[in-house]
Amino acid sequence: MNDTNPRTQAFTRAQLRRRRAQSKAFEYFCSGVTGLAVVVLALLLYDIFMDGYRWVDAQFLNSFPSRFPEKAGIKSALVGTLWLVGFTAIIAIPTGVLAAIYLEEYAPKNRLTHFIEVNIANLAGVPSIVFGILGLAIFVRFFGLGRSVIAGALTMSLLILPVIIIAAKEAIRSVPSSLRQAAFALGATRWQVVRAHVLPSAMPGILTGVILALSRAIGETAPLIMIGALTFVAFLPSGPMDEFTALPIQIFNWTARPQETFHELAAGGIIVLLAVLLLMNALAVFIRYRGSKQ
Amino acid sequence: MSDQTPILNAKNLSIFYGDNEAVKSISLPIFERKITAIIGPSGCGKSTFLRSLNRMNDFIDGVSHRGEILYRDQDLYADTVDPVEARLRIGMVFQKANPFPKSIYRNIAWGPNINQLGGNLDLRVENALKQAALWDEVADRLDDSALNLSGGQQQRLCIARALAMEPEVILMDEPCSALDPVSTARIEDLLFELKENFTIVIVTHNMQQAARVSDYTAFMENGVLVEFGETDQVFTRPKEKRTEEYVTGRFG
Repeated sequence: MNDTNPRTQAFTRAQLRRRRAQSKAFEYFCSGVTGLAVVVLALLLYDIFMDGYRWVDAQFLNSFPSRFPEKAGIKSALVGTLWLVGFTAIIAIPTGVLAAIYLEEYAPKNRLTHFIEVNIANLAGVPSIVFGILGLAIFVRFFGLGRSVIAGALTMSLLILPVIIIAAKEAIRSVPSSLRQAAFALGATRWQVVRAHVLPSAMPGILTGVILALSRAIGETAPLIMIGALTFVAFLPSGPMDEFTALPIQIFNWTARPQETFHELAAGGIIVLLAVLLLMNALAVFIRYRGSKQ
Repeated sequence: MSDQTPILNAKNLSIFYGDNEAVKSISLPIFERKITAIIGPSGCGKSTFLRSLNRMNDFIDGVSHRGEILYRDQDLYADTVDPVEARLRIGMVFQKANPFPKSIYRNIAWGPNINQLGGNLDLRVENALKQAALWDEVADRLDDSALNLSGGQQQRLCIARALAMEPEVILMDEPCSALDPVSTARIEDLLFELKENFTIVIVTHNMQQAARVSDYTAFMENGVLVEFGETDQVFTRPKEKRTEEYVTGRFG
């Protein structure tokens, strides 16, 4: 700027120009990469939509699978997915959130706790098919639950528990400790502090994590194939012990058929699956927005 | 220096963070219905000492202590003492105002509510706000969020919140350090009124504040209690050379 020293003047100008150029280059690089990701995603969605949109109608949603593409629908798969996600939510949300509360608020900060936390993080990275094998051995065979909704939900719960615990832990940790101190100084017990202050403040973050985890459960195929969720189910489950199928399984099954029409049906199924996912993500965004307003 | 018995009495109290001795064998009486100021340079252990008086150090990992703190002649750290009950009687106001993200009313009412103190809750809230000289400013908007108050108002709300518990002792950890001079003056005025009913221990960096508001002053340095006495004496006729240097601003 008003540098009157000629020696530093030249040096500063050149250096400043170079730093600005670097900064700009990085900006362009980042926006380029982001654009690439968006374009790929858009192409994918466009391709699927063009293949399948003709099939998505009331009849498609209301029909059971069939050998004849014109008659085939995803009713049992859609309902099966809802059953599966419902039970997964009932099992995984309380378990995961309570585990996170324990680890953040109660657990002593020692080696054992650290060991548990590291391993939860590791579990989040285990391939889903491994959880499928575990579910097959434990829930389907050992506990004799068969290929039921509950066996599927338990397996899915194992799969998403680490994700829920990690998200809930982050949300709980982000509650300022000054709030906890204020509450403790008023003669509150740990439980009163957690219930009245920590949980309400952490709730938007916890719910966002929970919904993203459930979204993942909806899209998972491998563990369901492992535990033997059926692909041709011409009835709706009426309880947790019933057999079932799910959207990704149905889609997988249709894409494996030789006929071209079934591939279009698969695209239709993907549209329905994406719609369910988008609805859940929209819910997460909505909850986060409402939470941040308060 | 005083013939009354202290309500809190630290005896040879040492506090450790792991192996690091932050407070070194302090013996310090806190007299009832008086204001005791603790002064000293940053990191001298005065906040650590203050937090030990209502067991807020329990929440910090690796803190241990030696010696004892007597609360009405009972060891505050005895196994029979429930720390929750101790904090009921010995309240605290923190350096940075930390209201709950709830309404003004619920900020005050929460403590009495969870401890089932009974009585008329509305009246209790009103009294606490009046004692904290905040009532006139918030009487018509008790349901507003406490976060909409100014910094000085938030700190007085935190004082009201502590008062609503009707504690015997209130510990204040640099309650004015984040406030402007006008808000500071209001809180100092408040302290004079509060000592009619409460015992107050205040940690402060502000020498003038200690001289203005307190009855007793303790000067700490490097974890050691250098001098303790009536405020008048400590500031005008200090016995220790270090104290004199500190209060006259020659160091620290």
